Amino acid sequence: MSQIAFLGAIEVGLLFALVALGVYLSFRVLQFPDLTVDGSFPLGAAVCASLIVTGVDPYFASLAAALAGAGAGMVTAWLNVRLKILHLLASILTMIALYSINLRIMGRPNVALLGEKTVFTPLEALGMPSYVVLPIALAVLVLGVKLALDWFLNSEVGLAMRATGVNPRMARAQGIHTDRYILGGMALSNALVALAGAFFAQSQGAADVTLGVGVIVVGLAAVIGGEALINTRAVWRATFACIIGSIVYRLAVAGALNADLLGLQAQDLNLITAVLVTLAMVLPGVRMPFRKKGSTP
Amino acid sequence: MIEARQLAVTFNPGTPMQTPAMRGIDLVIPEGDFVTVIGSNGAGKSTFLNALAGELRPDSGSILIDNQDVTAWPTAKRAGLVARVFQDPLGGSCANLTIEENLALAYARGKRRGFGASVSSAMREEFRAHIARLNLGLENRLGDSMELLSGGQRQAVSLLMAALQPMKILLLDEHTAALDPKTAAFVLELTREIVAERNLTTLMVTHSMRQALDIGNRTVMLHEGRVVLDVRDHDRDGLKVEDLLHMFEKVRGSELDDDALLLS
Repeated sequence: MSQIAFLGAIEVGLLFALVALGVYLSFRVLQFPDLTVDGSFPLGAAVCASLIVTGVDPYFASLAAALAGAGAGMVTAWLNVRLKILHLLASILTMIALYSINLRIMGRPNVALLGEKTVFTPLEALGMPSYVVLPIALAVLVLGVKLALDWFLNSEVGLAMRATGVNPRMARAQGIHTDRYILGGMALSNALVALAGAFFAQSQGAADVTLGVGVIVVGLAAVIGGEALINTRAVWRATFACIIGSIVYRLAVAGALNADLLGLQAQDLNLITAVLVTLAMVLPGVRMPFRKKGSTP
Repeated sequence: MIEARQLAVTFNPGTPMQTPAMRGIDLVIPEGDFVTVIGSNGAGKSTFLNALAGELRPDSGSILIDNQDVTAWPTAKRAGLVARVFQDPLGGSCANLTIEENLALAYARGKRRGFGASVSSAMREEFRAHIARLNLGLENRLGDSMELLSGGQRQAVSLLMAALQPMKILLLDEHTAALDPKTAAFVLELTREIVAERNLTTLMVTHSMRQALDIGNRTVMLHEGRVVLDVRDHDRDGLKVEDLLHMFEKVRGSELDDDALLLS
């Protein structure tokens, strides 16, 4: 693997670490299997890119993207807690709806950001090649988000949110309005995912309506892979595992694609992902959300 | 004071599975009463408890706590007035949170939750003092995950959690039923101590007639969604399990007679 390919994998890994942290919030903290992610990731990209090409400040555009993602998460949560639609189905409905909405937002299937000012533009002043400086900037950002999330989940409100996921009946008996916490948690989760989408569009130079395909599986791969590698008993360890999982996943994919021996090509990416997730899930000592309880050897 | 007025609820109304679980429960619990509730399966004990806790909205009737109508309040809104210990030792706490995090959750019952640290060092000291009285050695394990505790330990901690904040009524839902006899006795003794110490108004559902007469100052028997027996203080003192059984059979017998009359 070349140095550029290596740093590129780190860069994308860090971007998707934000997705992984969002997926950790929904799947692990709230125990809400949420596929909205496949729609909110391109939603963030679409909102951000569309605003930037109309001349909006890229920082503001990224913030708007995160807010749009929060809205998408709340729609899914609302479908679930108010209309009592099964969580998985509620999230699929939002995801499908977002495909149309994203096309509407962009007005066409993709928006190019070539030559536009992005959040990464100021980094050019540092005079280093972008493939070096981008991973560093993203690492700082992801670390900041991780620390903020650690602080939040250890606050009284965050603890109540964790209780909502683990034991909602007990949480209600302690005065926790579980519905509100699901709404808030899903908003936060999808805001992170949409923010990742916004940064992804800005670093890749375009937003595309098909950007979201398989994002949830990649996020899940990072969360589960991280758990396979790192003990996640405390919150700060779990969020750290998401980041490591995301980076390791990208390196594994890059490694697999680069190994000429295997003869794999870019179109095999989804197959590799599925195999990696499966491997991570059957590794001993991993908590398995989708395997039946008691079937563990 | 807790008042239940003509509480009624029917599960699966209008279907062949239609089950009237409460058919007009009337019960007034003055402050300081420790009521034990008995009744056979399907008598409406759990349904009544769920209605008081807010988990179940009755079809008709009302619930008043200190003359305030709380019938329409969801569980979370009522939590400042009602504390509860569940039957399932796994049900009353969060398994993969630590002991101190579970205590902190209960510590915030009925209060506004903010963005400050969920477990402060002052709180930790207080928790340590509370949990030391259990003599289970848990005071040095506050950072351990709740799932490492045995069922009895978890019920003991659940009781402590319930008593951390003031309440109008403590609901105990067969909280010793899932424990072995020795542990059950320990948890029951702890219940007696905590209730006496804080003079808590308590409603305890139990399947054991022995337990129902041994603890508290009042015993209520439910049958087919109604209160069929309500004895307290002096009237209850001399009662034995056989007396209760006798009364129970009388209630059932008289109903059989009613049916016989209808059918004849």
